[in-house]
Amino acid sequence: MRVYLDHNATTPLDPEVLAAMTPFLAEGFGNPSSLHVWGREARQALERARATIARALGTADKDTVVFTSGGTEADNLVLMGVAAAQEKRGRHVILSSVEHHAVLNAAAHLGRQGFEVTRLSVDSQGLLDPDDVRRVIRPDTVLVSLMYGNNETGVLFPIASVGRICRERGVTFHTDAVQSFGKLPLDVETLCVDLLSLSGHKTHGPKGIGALFIRRGTRMQPLLHGGAQERSRRAGTENVAAAVGLARATELSLQDQAGESRRMADLRDRLEGGVMAALPGVLRNGHPTERLPHTTNLAFAGVEAESLILALDLAGIGASSGAACSSGSLEPSHVLAAMGLPRERVLSSVRFSLGRTTTREEIEHVLEVLPPIVERMRRVNARPIPSAGARA
Amino acid sequence: MMQHETQGMVVVAMSGGVDSAVAAALLAREGVPVVGITLRIWPSLRPTDPTQRFDSCCSPSAVEDARGVAEVLGIPHYVLNYEAEFDREVIQYFTRAYLNGETPNPCVPCNSRLKFGSLFTRARGWGAVRVATGHYARVEYHPASGRYRLRRAVDPRKDQSYFLYDLTQEQLATARFPVGHLTKEETRRLAGKLGLAVAEKPDSQEICFVPGDYRTYLRERVGAAILPGTIRDTAGSVRGQHQGLAFYTVGQRRGLGIGSHAPLYVIDLDPARNEVIVGEGRDLWTQEVEVGRVNLVAVARLDGPQRILAKIRYAQAAAPATAIPLAGERVRLCFDEPQRAVAPGQAAVFYDANDADLVVGGGTICRRGRISNAECGVGEGKGAHPTEI
Repeated sequence: MRVYLDHNATTPLDPEVLAAMTPFLAEGFGNPSSLHVWGREARQALERARATIARALGTADKDTVVFTSGGTEADNLVLMGVAAAQEKRGRHVILSSVEHHAVLNAAAHLGRQGFEVTRLSVDSQGLLDPDDVRRVIRPDTVLVSLMYGNNETGVLFPIASVGRICRERGVTFHTDAVQSFGKLPLDVETLCVDLLSLSGHKTHGPKGIGALFIRRGTRMQPLLHGGAQERSRRAGTENVAAAVGLARATELSLQDQAGESRRMADLRDRLEGGVMAALPGVLRNGHPTERLPHTTNLAFAGVEAESLILALDLAGIGASSGAACSSGSLEPSHVLAAMGLPRERVLSSVRFSLGRTTTREEIEHVLEVLPPIVERMRRVNARPIPSAGARA
Repeated sequence: MMQHETQGMVVVAMSGGVDSAVAAALLAREGVPVVGITLRIWPSLRPTDPTQRFDSCCSPSAVEDARGVAEVLGIPHYVLNYEAEFDREVIQYFTRAYLNGETPNPCVPCNSRLKFGSLFTRARGWGAVRVATGHYARVEYHPASGRYRLRRAVDPRKDQSYFLYDLTQEQLATARFPVGHLTKEETRRLAGKLGLAVAEKPDSQEICFVPGDYRTYLRERVGAAILPGTIRDTAGSVRGQHQGLAFYTVGQRRGLGIGSHAPLYVIDLDPARNEVIVGEGRDLWTQEVEVGRVNLVAVARLDGPQRILAKIRYAQAAAPATAIPLAGERVRLCFDEPQRAVAPGQAAVFYDANDADLVVGGGTICRRGRISNAECGVGEGKGAHPTEI
């Protein structure tokens, strides 16, 4: 049995999404900017998709949605676009220290261009105090960017509270909702956000598509220059099939979203509880309830995460750590480090993330396979084979 | 990708070269579950020279080569970040040795501490029972002595047993060297037949982590610790200034910057005084060598003087000598013929006098202070204190 528990990395494409996309990879190949029938049909599909996503975000104004190549582009568009448009007003940006690299590194790029970046810290459970935003916001602050649900721990930030503070102070507010989209109800009015990033492939949609909600009146410049697509906010021929796929994935994620979230949370809690019951020395990273329903991050004392993930892979179980990089970069997770966890705990932490296709049988299988692997690794680490050189 | 059988699993340390590729292929052909591991040991960024292969971001071409081989063989392959561990166990040993006026063999700790050390510990955690490498050497179990024994490879030109003498019995019991029975040509032919892209890849250089001149490398790594000092001759007279002990090796003649009627050589490096000692060619010859941190392989202990063949550097044939056990894991070697430019820090590996392929043991050549005139075999040791290893 193979069990995929890395849905925060990516999710399998829902067959219904594939079915919705297929016509637009075949006969519906038109360019939405063309005036002829091929183009018109493509445009209609694209705009229907846009309206679906706008509705899912709680707005009837479909033109607030801009399609991008994914979450990273949406985040970069926000950081670069707002900075460029508002730098005359100020050059100060606020984010948290646990943002996704798409935000962190885009902000670092701004930092090299003379912007000042304030990175708010989180507590040991990964929580952020909205009052911290109030404390650091300044007259020259042009953007606050905070993620909704953390990709490594699932911990949620108080977006609505921060949103109200930003609105009070007249500062543009962005949330990276890539991991929350499809799992939690997202309403741009309730959340009080000006900008919201989302991605298709984290919620059983295709890769290569994402979207950015841009509240009307938000001052920002485009990242890509070219044609007048996406109301000149994102040049380039639209990826119609992927946009249709994203819309279908959105619709599917809204079907009994609360029930599905409960189901995933139950399975996630079963996984956590089962692992902790079977093994001593397992700690949860992140707040136990203020988090996404499908994510758990566990530290296995005395075990290297990298090694455990490899052993799990050999056993047919896909998991990951914040340190994941195909070429083996073992930079300790910046998220867990920012929570103030000791380096040893960070390096022994593994993330399990569930999806819509995850079953109870799969979780029970993991609970049979994982504990003996951890026990074996702990046994071996406690009694390594001595090398002659080690005597010296 | 599928679920893999881990019963009896062998982990192959794949460097990206042809030898470990064929080692993995031979094991896979035997039908044992094989997992390829590449240790990413190189510093990931050396921005000073973008043309160096060391600079190829976080995935050096070697990693890609190993990945490609694993793909052809249909075995799982993983890259482990060994940068910190390699730095600690190999690079720091390497730089420390040079700072102490010694000439290191970085391959020795890389084998005993990394590949057959921490990698094997990890491999057991994954359920593996053995670690294989592409070394040219052979390992066998000898029932009469109950020892796991290390032998030279079938191909004498490629033999790497010299770099493996430090493996303990537990390590040898788990080691496999599948190409130790092949000649290099056979290995390459096999690789070609299997369609492995690395079949014609050139042999690696001796020190894999040093891109060019080791002196430049040392200057970059530990430049601040390298201090100029005095050059003296054997009579104690000051003959000049040196740039730092790390830049000299015993036997070196060039780069001393001293005018002299007879050619002068480095004959000793004195870390306590930070002095380079020079002398004439005849001062380089010695018959007696003390070896420390001895690891015995074919035997559990040396009970008295024993005739052996000793190899005191990789690129030199083993020479007949008598090994006299001393206290504290040390052995005195008395060579039948004087040896030239014996460099402290290098490995001295002992082979059986009657079975020249068999590794008896080995250790690290010690600095003896000044060249002693003690007659070989008439020292403190003379079999009186059998070494307790």
